[in-house]
Amino acid sequence: MPSGKITSVTEPTNQLHAASSSNDASLANRANDYSETVGNIRVDSPKMSMSNVDVFYGEKQAIFDVSLDIAKNEVIAMIGPSGCGKSTFLRCLNRMNDTIDICRVSGKILLEHEDIYDPKLDVVPLRARVGIVFQKPNPFPKSIYDNVAYGPRIHGLATSKVELDEIVETSLRRAGLWSEAKDRLDQPGTGLSGGQQQRLCIARTIAVSPEVILMDEPCSALDPIATARIEELIDELRSNYTIAIVTHSMQQAARVSNRTAYFHLGYLVEVGETNDIFTNPNHKLTEDYITGRFG
Amino acid sequence: MSLSTLFTIALIVVILAFYTGQRKALGFRMSGGAPHSLPFYHGSWFAVCVLLPAALFLLVWSVGDGAVIKSIILADLPEPFASQSTQEIQLVYSEITQLGQSSFVSNNAAALAASGKEFQALHSLSAQLKYSFASVLVFIGAIYGWTRLQPHFNARVKFEGTVRKVLFLSASVAILTTLGIIFSVLFEALRFFDSVSIVDFIFGTHWSPQMSIREDQVGSSGAFGAVPLFVGTLLISAIAMLVAVPVGLMSAIYLSEYASRRFRAWAKPLLEVLAGIPTVVYGFFAAITVAPLLRNLGETLGLSVASESALAVGLVMGVMIIPFVSSLSDDVINAVPQTMRDGSYGLGATRSETIRQVIIPAALPGIVGSVLLAVSRAIGETMIVVMAAGLSARLTVNPLEAVTTVTVQIVTLLVGDQEFDSPKTLAAFALGLMLFITTLCLNIIALHIVRRYREQYD
Amino acid sequence: MSQTTIDIVNKNLAKRYAREKRFRLLGFGSVMIGFAALVFLLVTIVGDGWGAFKQSSVRLQLNFDQSVLSIEDVADEEQWQYGNYIGVIKAALRQRFPEMTSRAQKKLIYRMVSPGADHQVRQLLKKNPDWLGSIQEVWLPADDDIDSFVKGHVDRSLPESDRRIKDTQIALVDALQESGDLKLKFNTLLFTAGDSREPEQAGIRGALVGSFLTLLVTLGLSFPIGVAAALYLEEFAPKNRFTDMIEVNINNLAAVPSIVFGLLGLAVFLNVFGLPRSVPLLGGIVLTLMTLPTIIISSRAALKAVPPSIKEAALGLGASKMQVIFHHVLPLALPGMLTGAIIGMAQALGETAPLLMIGMVAFIVDVPGSFTDPATVLPVQIFLWSDSPERAFIERTSGAIMVLLTFLITMNAVAVLLRKRFERRW
Repeated sequence: MPSGKITSVTEPTNQLHAASSSNDASLANRANDYSETVGNIRVDSPKMSMSNVDVFYGEKQAIFDVSLDIAKNEVIAMIGPSGCGKSTFLRCLNRMNDTIDICRVSGKILLEHEDIYDPKLDVVPLRARVGIVFQKPNPFPKSIYDNVAYGPRIHGLATSKVELDEIVETSLRRAGLWSEAKDRLDQPGTGLSGGQQQRLCIARTIAVSPEVILMDEPCSALDPIATARIEELIDELRSNYTIAIVTHSMQQAARVSNRTAYFHLGYLVEVGETNDIFTNPNHKLTEDYITGRFG
Repeated sequence: MSLSTLFTIALIVVILAFYTGQRKALGFRMSGGAPHSLPFYHGSWFAVCVLLPAALFLLVWSVGDGAVIKSIILADLPEPFASQSTQEIQLVYSEITQLGQSSFVSNNAAALAASGKEFQALHSLSAQLKYSFASVLVFIGAIYGWTRLQPHFNARVKFEGTVRKVLFLSASVAILTTLGIIFSVLFEALRFFDSVSIVDFIFGTHWSPQMSIREDQVGSSGAFGAVPLFVGTLLISAIAMLVAVPVGLMSAIYLSEYASRRFRAWAKPLLEVLAGIPTVVYGFFAAITVAPLLRNLGETLGLSVASESALAVGLVMGVMIIPFVSSLSDDVINAVPQTMRDGSYGLGATRSETIRQVIIPAALPGIVGSVLLAVSRAIGETMIVVMAAGLSARLTVNPLEAVTTVTVQIVTLLVGDQEFDSPKTLAAFALGLMLFITTLCLNIIALHIVRRYREQYD
Repeated sequence: MSQTTIDIVNKNLAKRYAREKRFRLLGFGSVMIGFAALVFLLVTIVGDGWGAFKQSSVRLQLNFDQSVLSIEDVADEEQWQYGNYIGVIKAALRQRFPEMTSRAQKKLIYRMVSPGADHQVRQLLKKNPDWLGSIQEVWLPADDDIDSFVKGHVDRSLPESDRRIKDTQIALVDALQESGDLKLKFNTLLFTAGDSREPEQAGIRGALVGSFLTLLVTLGLSFPIGVAAALYLEEFAPKNRFTDMIEVNINNLAAVPSIVFGLLGLAVFLNVFGLPRSVPLLGGIVLTLMTLPTIIISSRAALKAVPPSIKEAALGLGASKMQVIFHHVLPLALPGMLTGAIIGMAQALGETAPLLMIGMVAFIVDVPGSFTDPATVLPVQIFLWSDSPERAFIERTSGAIMVLLTFLITMNAVAVLLRKRFERRW
């Protein structure tokens, strides 16, 4: 285990370090040292930008000094062995971790230059801008229509019934659920199949027109066919939204994402273009994981 | 023989039997054999052999001898008494049983002296027979057990079989209780419906059970239309629910969704104290404090509030039920999965929006179940209404007036010295039957809903 | 497009947060309503009942004159029982207020002391036979009207006709208080006497003993039966319809109104089996049936909490199923079962309605000595007293409620401590 001391020393110049070390194969291939991220963590004019994020559950630290940018309209995949903190990190991006009492986040997370952990910041509009889709499909015990209309209703996005109908239809269309659901809008969302439920949850999220959509292993509870549908959907959504997806499946990351970030025991080990990561990983741990030596 | 002496004797017998049996089994071991079971089990089984038949016999005899003695005495009751109605014979019999006691004074003492003597004689004869038979059974049991105690006797299996039967019998007590309730209440209620038609009882709107014993008295025929009682019960229960459901539900929501851990840690138990206060205390509080308070308040507002108003009773009953609703709803709300909350928060909903539009709809079946249980409790609540509600049956839904309830009437009809067979007392059982059926249905539906709800999220 | 969305969201925020605040306040208000009701109830009860623990007593110089008492020998039961103790008290009162000479005035001074005070004097003489023929200083309970006045429940400024205590008596009370002959003392009678028609003579001893005996029967029956039933259902019962029926049954019985158990007791135990009325034995049996579901349910929960690994370990060593249960499972589950039993007992201690049905409402002066003596219990005593019109009985009712609540709080606290002490995480 790396000591906390190393992390604190590298803090201010993380970006430089990371940039230079990516070329230094001998250093990067040392499996024991993963406190510094390999690869380009920064991008030009990022949608979201995280710097030196630490997350604690009570006394236990779950995320160590992670810095990362998410570009506009990109799909970034976060991969890593289970328990590596990728979901925890994702849930920081719209402050979903606030619902866990003992969870504490430090560092800076910017959404277009606005610090989302600013004590003065309101989470309600933040979550309207940064939506989230969860691991297990969790439709509300309401009709399909009401599920999708829930967000627009609470935020007051529609001024009339016609307008609301329109939002519901567009969202369901975008989520690829319209043809299956248009005749049963008044039936409970819990009556759909697992894959349909997950698409319903995606429709529910995009009904609020978020700028960023976070997806926390959205296909882990689904069968391969439903998974394929969701992956297609992600591909279609990338033109309008910025998407961050956590997945335990490397194939999925390879299929849907532009960039990939590899997490290990709470550290961001390596980040880069998805093609590069999968064909030519720079860090020994990334390579071991991708080649299936653990995980 | 007093109960405590009996228990002491039984205890001594058991201990002696256990040691004797154990010693005999130890003897097998000494003599080189390899007994099948440990000496402990030989002792235990021997003790069971000795005590169980005698104990069962004593129980059956004690339960049955009263009825037998009664029938013998009544069979040769002297003439002026023998031709009386069953109710009066009942009273005479209780006089006879008390004749032997020095403090008891009776007008009929002389006429009943013979019966009294006979009762005393039968009573002591019964006791003598009972204890002699019991002793004989102890000996028979001991001899049987002694001959069976052999090295190859599997005392453990035998003893464990007995224990298992005892456990089964204990579990059946619950069934017996229910059967006892159903049969006793149903049987007496059917006798009531012999004299009063069931239609008049359920749909009649006039209730005045005051029946005179002699025909020529004024108002001799009672009226048994229970509608005013049903309406009164429902009125009070409705007021109680109007208090308990919103307050209980909102408390549960606040405590589980808003309150800090520390606030919850002391607020929840404190609220549950309300559930632990005996109902008789609530009754006293309603009658002495709340009812006068409301009446005075009504006076200043120019309203006439009865001093036994349904409102006062309902309010206090509502307070009593608050913790009941809140702890049940709390369980239900906590059973709503966190993913559901996350889904709503993830869309940018505020807490109250999440609670009102996601959690409550999700928890609704469970909440309905708890409310039904609470209604059943309100309907069956007795002491508050007995102490603070009215006695006269008035058909009204005005909460400021006094109404009476089913339970109040059961208590007033049965408390005090009543002859057991009159329609008046039997009416109490008919009311009890209604109460039992209503609450049973409510409970079954509620428990079913709650269980289905639990399964949904398990 | 998203720019406009966020604008709309922001525009509506104030309204939504106002609603949020209202909702939260509603929740907080509800909790506070519950607390307010609790505080109001407790304050009223304690405020009314505090006085019950004090009793005004009057100091008198009693002359145990043999001729007045007409007692030659205290040891003679008959003489001692029927001695003219009232005469002695009246003489002492006349002596204390020699200025009161007319019939009407004498009547008033006689009403200063409790009409039942002769009972105390009788007991004193029994304890001190040598007092016969001597003059002794004795504190006797004052009449309840005097007591109420001394405790400030009577308004002096009311016209004389509107209060139960007359002007002459007020003057006497003032005089007695001046000379230190009338004091508020701890009300020992409340804890040593049985019921009485006179508030100042009434105590809860009989009811306490009755409650104790009844609970003893209830505990003695319901705990073993409840534990045995739980053991059967949890460990032995085959999965069949009969077992299901027992389960549903127990859950339903737990929610049957308590008065129905009273009807059962009346119809079955009194009328069919002919058990005696009003006795702790019968009360205990009825309460057993009522608390049994509670005890079974909590005992089953305690049994379920014992991890199967322990059972498997013992079974693996060749223990029989019965041995596993009695040697390993039961001891581990016992604290949880005890907690359930205490809570069930607390429930039984506060129960009134079923006991009314089986005649435990009689006016009983004597303290019960056995399970088959007529008795009443504390909550029923409260019910009986609450019906009495005297102001002093309201005070005593509240006092009795305070005693009852003290017992209940203690029992529940013990249950909580027991649970904390033995709580084990596997």
